[in-house]
Amino acid sequence: MLALQRLLAILYKEVLHLGRDRLTFGMIFGIPMMQIILFGYAINTDVRELRAAVADQAGTELSRQLQSELEASQVLRIGLRVAAGSDLQRLLDEGQIDVGVLIPPDFGHRLQQDGRPAVQLLVDGSDPIILSTARSLTAMPFEYDTRPRQEPETRLFEVRNFYNPERRSSVFVVPGLIGVILTMTMVMFTAVAVVREREGGNLELLINTPVSSLELMVGKIVPYVLIGLIQVTLIVLLGALLFHVPVNGTLADVYLASLLFIASNLGLGLMISTLVGTQFQAIQLTFFFFLPSILLSGFMFPFDGMPQVARWIAEGLPLTHFVRLIRGIMLRGADLAQLWPEVLALLGFFLLTMGAAVLRFHKRLD
Amino acid sequence: MIEARDLTRRFGDLVAVNRLNLQVPRGQVYGFLGPNGSGKSTTIRLLCGLLLPSEGSARVLGHEVPAEAELLKRKIGYMTQRFSLYGDMRVIENLRFIARIYGLSGSRLRTRIDQVMQQFRLEPLERQFARELSGGQRQRLALAAATLHQPELLLLDEPTSAVDPQTRRDFWDALFALVEDGTTILVSTHYMDEAERCHRLAILDQGVLVADGAPVELMASIDCRVVTVESERPRQVQQLLSADSRILSITQLGSRQRVLVSRAVTEPVERVESALTGAGINADCREVEPSLEDVFVVVTRHSAAGRGEG
Ligand SMILES: Nc1ncnc2c1ncn2[C@@H]1O[C@H](COP(=O)(O)OP(=O)(O)OP(=O)(O)O)[C@@H](O)[C@H]1O
Ligand SMILES: [Mg+2]
Repeated sequence: MLALQRLLAILYKEVLHLGRDRLTFGMIFGIPMMQIILFGYAINTDVRELRAAVADQAGTELSRQLQSELEASQVLRIGLRVAAGSDLQRLLDEGQIDVGVLIPPDFGHRLQQDGRPAVQLLVDGSDPIILSTARSLTAMPFEYDTRPRQEPETRLFEVRNFYNPERRSSVFVVPGLIGVILTMTMVMFTAVAVVREREGGNLELLINTPVSSLELMVGKIVPYVLIGLIQVTLIVLLGALLFHVPVNGTLADVYLASLLFIASNLGLGLMISTLVGTQFQAIQLTFFFFLPSILLSGFMFPFDGMPQVARWIAEGLPLTHFVRLIRGIMLRGADLAQLWPEVLALLGFFLLTMGAAVLRFHKRLD
Repeated sequence: MIEARDLTRRFGDLVAVNRLNLQVPRGQVYGFLGPNGSGKSTTIRLLCGLLLPSEGSARVLGHEVPAEAELLKRKIGYMTQRFSLYGDMRVIENLRFIARIYGLSGSRLRTRIDQVMQQFRLEPLERQFARELSGGQRQRLALAAATLHQPELLLLDEPTSAVDPQTRRDFWDALFALVEDGTTILVSTHYMDEAERCHRLAILDQGVLVADGAPVELMASIDCRVVTVESERPRQVQQLLSADSRILSITQLGSRQRVLVSRAVTEPVERVESALTGAGINADCREVEPSLEDVFVVVTRHSAAGRGEG
């Protein structure tokens, strides 16, 4: 009873601080909006209309047909036509084009000879996304009349895109973005909320009262749990409104998964707060954790391409598990029970960090 | 009430509190006096269990510290040296928060808050943010917060630093009112007038208890005699007298100088006079009663000299 009263007192105080701290308050709403616009519009991995130049040294009907097919694919936009291969090289060096297409004089002859590439693609390989897009061009079927037409059915593979038929990257990015934003804000807010009291000298008074470590910790994180859920709502709404990101699973599962993830981040934030002395250190440690989270979790780069060590590290990061969870729920319509390993991982992370924080937090100054 | 036994606290090589033995009786104002860094704050923190002692232990209100510190927390009020309430909360919000933390609720919470607001003249400041208060107002708020739950023991760490004399006097009146109601108060200070008002005093120097007792006792048993010297050339007087190893300290107060002479000297006035006339200085010398400040200067002079050289 008394414990509950103390907990509520801490909680209410925290809400007062929050309501009066315009910067933090602004960050609660500002960060999600900024990020969703940034990732949704600017950072787009659908590669379309690479700037290209062609050096058509064959000048035949066939070579012109190739060019128009390239343009029809929408992957390349041919803006320049030059004479020599060296011109393409120069344009690439100057950064005027992303791809150069060199059609040699014996193009028609080469086509009929199996094994020899008929066309050369000069690619700015410094950007791996452009490189892989250009690679995909090499698989483009090109039918020319001197050969019997290939029937489409004879193709070896057919890719069927299940969950994102229009292949829009925003659909893929937005659910993960929930996790990224929560990682960024939740860890930092709680770490700072405790350390601020230490720095401001308030903690010396607070630990000299009957309030227990657990009451203090719980009272401090509950307001942030609510803020986290508000952020989730904001992102899901903006995602649906701006990018038509679907919620194929149930909303309840989205919130439950988020709640679990918020809890593990708050636990981590509290643990960080017991390790550092100043707000600046708290923010440093948060970023120390944030970077691998964003890079290794599978949010930005596919998990499959990573070396084994990176994968092991990734398995220890809550964002990895949350990205799997939330993509499963929002895009594939899975439910929590189907994704139990991720649920378990998050739960474990929360108990571990929260336990460590409560154990490490002594009501003492040393 | 408070009993410290060989209480010791080290920070690395530094001994902040060194084998401190202390007895604080119930219902008194007990003062802590000492230069900066002498271990006053550290001792107070040790006594309420905020720091672990390196050696020794203490018994406070019948509880072993640090082992039973948690039981102690609801019985003591602690006012930190640095203001530690919340600047972004109003006076009334701060008081309500602290009251709830100490388990007050309902009508009891309201009456206690009304009482302390009246007692410490906080009513006109009720809606002000704590960060907007002046130094003295802040101290009053902090004391109000520390006494809300009517603790048996109040630990006050320099409660009146940066407070004007009138406010200090009011503050001390409030302390004595609390003592009358049976509270025991341990207070650290740098002000001699405040120290003089304590029932008992402990003087700390570099973590060591160098003197303790009632202010009058301390003044009576001082290890020196005090001579005031009135002259036209105080700089020269200073130079002449500081060469004498029997003279412990010279303090200038306007055209007068206060000279502390070792007890080993039987006739201190003559000794000072002869030293001055020998150099052709005319001065009016007479012996006066020692003050508490003289006591402080004498018992802490070794470390003061050490600091001067270092
Ligand atoms: N947490 C700490 N870590 C290291 N050294 C400390 C710590 N706290 C205090 N000290 C050192 O212990 C000594 C005593 O400090 P303390 O704060 O107790 O002095 P004080 O008598 O309260 O001084 P003041 O009058 O300036 O408040 C100082 O030398 C101080 O530097
Ligand atoms: Mg101090």
